[in-house]
Formats: sequence, C-alpha cells, structure tokens
Amino acid sequence: MRVSEHLNRALHDLMESDPSIHLLGEDVSDPYGGAFKVTRGLSSRFGSRVRSTPLSEGAIAGVGAGLALAGDKAIVEIMFADFVALAFDQITNFAAKSTSMYGRPVPVPLVVRCPTGGNRGYGPTHSQNPQKHFIGVPGLSLFEMTPFHDAGELFTRMFGLGGPCLFFEDKVLYTRQMHQVDDLFTVELVDDVARVRVDGAGWPDCTLVTHGGLVHRTLDAMRALLLEDDLVCELLVPAQLYPVPHLPGLDDASHVCVVDDATEGGTWAAEVATVLYPRLWGRLRRPITLVNSADGVIPAAPHLEREVLVQADGIRAAVREALS
Amino acid sequence: MIVTAAPARSPRHLVTDGDLRSLLLIRHFERALLRLFEQGVLSGTTHTCLGQEYIPVALSALLRDDDFVFSNHRGHGHFLARHPDPHGLLAEIMGREGALCGGVGGSQHIYHRRFLSTGVQGESLPVATGVALKLAGTGALACAYIGDGTWGEGAVYEALNMASLWRVPLLVVVEHNGIAQSTPTSAQMAGTIAARAAAFGIRHHHVASDDVDEIRRALAPLVDAVRTEPSPLVVEFATHRLGPHSKGDDTRPPEEIRRARESDWYDRYAEADPERFARIDAEQRELVERVVAEVSARPHARPGGAA
Repeated sequence: MRVSEHLNRALHDLMESDPSIHLLGEDVSDPYGGAFKVTRGLSSRFGSRVRSTPLSEGAIAGVGAGLALAGDKAIVEIMFADFVALAFDQITNFAAKSTSMYGRPVPVPLVVRCPTGGNRGYGPTHSQNPQKHFIGVPGLSLFEMTPFHDAGELFTRMFGLGGPCLFFEDKVLYTRQMHQVDDLFTVELVDDVARVRVDGAGWPDCTLVTHGGLVHRTLDAMRALLLEDDLVCELLVPAQLYPVPHLPGLDDASHVCVVDDATEGGTWAAEVATVLYPRLWGRLRRPITLVNSADGVIPAAPHLEREVLVQADGIRAAVREALS
Repeated sequence: MIVTAAPARSPRHLVTDGDLRSLLLIRHFERALLRLFEQGVLSGTTHTCLGQEYIPVALSALLRDDDFVFSNHRGHGHFLARHPDPHGLLAEIMGREGALCGGVGGSQHIYHRRFLSTGVQGESLPVATGVALKLAGTGALACAYIGDGTWGEGAVYEALNMASLWRVPLLVVVEHNGIAQSTPTSAQMAGTIAARAAAFGIRHHHVASDDVDEIRRALAPLVDAVRTEPSPLVVEFATHRLGPHSKGDDTRPPEEIRRARESDWYDRYAEADPERFARIDAEQRELVERVVAEVSARPHARPGGAA
C-alpha cells in the first residue's frame, strides 16, 4: 500500500473510532480530498467534522487549538509545510505554551500535518523541510511519517501526549510503498525507531540516522556503499524527531552520520548530534557526520533543485569521506 | 478620527450595589497595582484598565457560566468582573502562593475555569472561533475582548471570516479607547471597525454609553441572537484609557489625558448617588488594601501549586 493510502486509511479509522476528532485544512473535502489526496473520503463520511477552510493557516491552527481546548481533538492539514510559517504564532505561542503557561497541565490535543520536501520541482516556497524551525519549543513535539511506522499508531500516540504535535509527511514518500525495502535489508522496530540492517552483514562501518522523507535516498546510498565501496551501513529512522528519542544500537558504533533534508544551519541533524555526543563521547573515533541540503533556496528547475537537496550520491560521498 | 466620545452625564439608571462593588473593586485593584509598581514591589509589566471597568461589568450579567471568555493583556477587569477573586489574581501578578496559574502566567496569561487570557494581540480570536465552533448549538458562546489596536492583526480577519462562514456563537467585544499603546487610532486604522465587520457580513453594534444598565438592555437581545442563531457579533465600545499603556509610559498630551479623565464614569457615578457610592467605594478600597497586605505576606508560588 502506498504511504498516502496508508495515511488516508489511518485517518478514516481514527475518525471512526474517536468521534471527538475534527479535521480542518484547505481543500480537504471531497471530491478534491486534499492537495495530496490524503483526506479523500473523509468529508463524505464524517460530515461537518471535516472542514475545508479559507486560506488562513494561522486561524486554522488556532481553530484547531480552540477545539482542543474545548475538549475535542483536532487534526489540521497545512497544504504545503512551507506555509506552516503562517501558523507559527498559533503553534508556538498559543498551542504549545498553553500546555504549561497556566501553571498546570492543560491538554491541547492538536496534530498539525505538514507535507514537506522537494524533488518535485515545486520551487523555493513549496519544497522545504521546516522541522528545524520548531525544534526546542517547550510543549511542542515533532513527528514524521516513515515507510516503517504505522500511521494510526503514531496519531494515537501523538494525541496521547496531550500537547500539540507537528507531523511531517514527505511528499515524495506519499507515492512510495509502505514497508518495502530492497532484499539486501531487513527492518525491525526497536521501540520508536525503525532499524534497517544489511541482511547477514557484520558489524556496521557506519550507522546512519535519518527522518522518514530521506529513507529511500539513504537506502540507495547504503546499497551503493555496500556493493561498490564494500562498506556496511545500518540505518536508524525515528518517527519522533523532537524530543530526540533514544536511538538503539549506537553504543559501539564505528561512526555515526545524521542525514537531514533541511537546509544547513540550526538543523535537526545538529540536534541529534548534540544529544548523541555526551552519550558516545570517548568512544567515537571521529566527529559525527552531518549531511544536510545546501545553504540556499530550493530551485524549481529539476537539475538545480537536485544540486541543493540531499541525494543518495551526496550521502554516499559523505560516508566514504568520513571513513577514508 | 478618534471615535471615543462617551456622554458626560450621570447614569440614568441607578446601578445596583453588586455592580458598583464590581466596578470599584476593579478600579481600586488597578490603582493598587500602579502603586505597587511605584514601590518597586511588582516585577515585569502590567496593563491597567482604568476607565474601561464598566465594559466587563456590564457584560458579566449577559454571560453564562458555560460561556468561554477570552481576554488580553489588559485583562484584570475582565477577570474580576467574571470571577471576583482579587486574592488569586494579585497572587498571580505577584507570584505568591494561591496564584491562579502558579505564577507562571502572570498578569497577561490567566486560565481559570472558562476564562483564558493571552498576551499576543489577535491570537485569541481564532482560538475563540474554534471554541465557538464546539459550543454552537449548545446556547453557550465564546466572548473575546480585543482593542482597537488588535485590528491591525491578520488573525482577526482570518477568524472573523471563518466565524461568519460557519455561523459560530462568537461575541467580539472591542474596547476602542482611541490609542494603541502610544499610537492614536487615526495613525493606525484606516476606515472603521463597523465597515470591517460589515465586510464579513457580521453584525456590529456601537456603544457610546457607560451606563451599565443601559448597555445591558441594548445588548441583551443581540447577545441572545449570538447564542440562538448562532452568529458572530462585534460590539464596539467607545471608551477611554485613563492610565498609561503599561506603567508610566503615557506620551499623550496633557489636554488629551484631561479629556479622558473628564469622561471617567467614576465621578459621574459618584454624583448620581453620593452617599451609597462613598460607602461602597470605601468598602472596596479597604478590601483591596487588605488583599494587598495579605497576598504580599504570602510566600512565593511554586510551580505545580496553582490554585
């Protein structure tokens, strides 16, 4: 099943099982069913609990927070993650702060879904990975869809936290199949984290850590590193990005490389490294390698876009260089 | 244009003891805060509603327990008119034991039962719209207090658009005091609030009176319609801010401050019934003095110890 269909099914099941859940966003109603069709069928089935809204990201997030404050739950879709900038105040100054600024825990069950990422030629304002702008906001948790995590379980978990969550979904991932990996690899879930290993290989030369949207590019790099460079890599993919969860199997890692599709500077990759350094200090043989998109806007033309965003060959080159 | 002329006349209707108590509790509470600031006892900042007390007092009788009230940075009057708990509020402002929100929120961030204030202009309107969406059909409403300056924020228009489209019971109370911090309305607002409400197909009612009873009688059927239709409503009060924006930052010319003082309800309410006014005025002044003494003597609030 494709990731977008899996998400759609998860939303159907979720709204069926919990009548307090509302879904709001631009063009989410049928027959359009959302810009990426993730909300298809929901308005036909759940009526006024699903609302196509005006183009008002800030207020959509605020209305979602209001519904949550009044005792319901809300899922808000931001059509392109880039536009979540328009909801920054509602998310960081209201929804996230309300959970603690009134001196006692105030539940705000709100999930803001943000379709992220490039490699589709949409250009500078429709291609970004804005996760990094929301790292370190008290009361706010960040999650991302991966091909290995059950979306329904993630939604249930996010609502269970009681505080607002951003849920990132890479647009290219929508068209990929759930749970499908090359025969070279095996996948297991260790708590929150998907662990992808080369079947039957020895101790990895490098452990890669990445987020859902980069899984396929990273696996392509791992395949080339194995077959052409004779380097064994393991991959860790947490669904929860922030706070950074415990990453398994790193205590004796030969080398760690964090791959992050956001542009350089103040990144999730740097946050992961910050968390790992004290834990692995004294055992690391070299600094953790950070791979990010270039420090620039994301161009529309595919040949230019490709140069800016993280690609498999860039990941491979970074690992080879670190291990050389 | 500053459209904030309140009529300089005595209230036609005798205010009840309860309303007078509420009005004067807020007046003396706010005065006490400015005094405490001068004494260096309070930290941070505060925004007093001196001159505007009659607005939440008038509205309090029109609101039900199951209504949600959203307040703003200038919210002490909104709170005290709904919940006459000066101890809890002062403890919150002073970070003392018994604070409404454990001392975390302070003057601008209060959440108590169905009363919630936030310190970012316009931020509450989308949230209030979401709450109103939930309340629609129950007879309850969401009431959000904003100022004339708040109309500069885009969030206001996004929320009004949705509130009107979705016909939610949202009561927007605009305390138009003619000045946004230091900037007069004429320098920060093109057109009018009435025309902006009309653009969204939202009913607008202008209140020039500061007579609590007269205001209530005019608003009662309109507020009832908000609940029963349901539909949003913008009520714009022409009012006056007697004090500074926060503390000692009043840059208005003296004659303008004098004009604001001349339209203060306080003296006119006093003239209307001098003996009763003096009695309740003294009673509330003394009450606030006791509250200040009691709360000041309390130990500091600790997180998790919210009332």
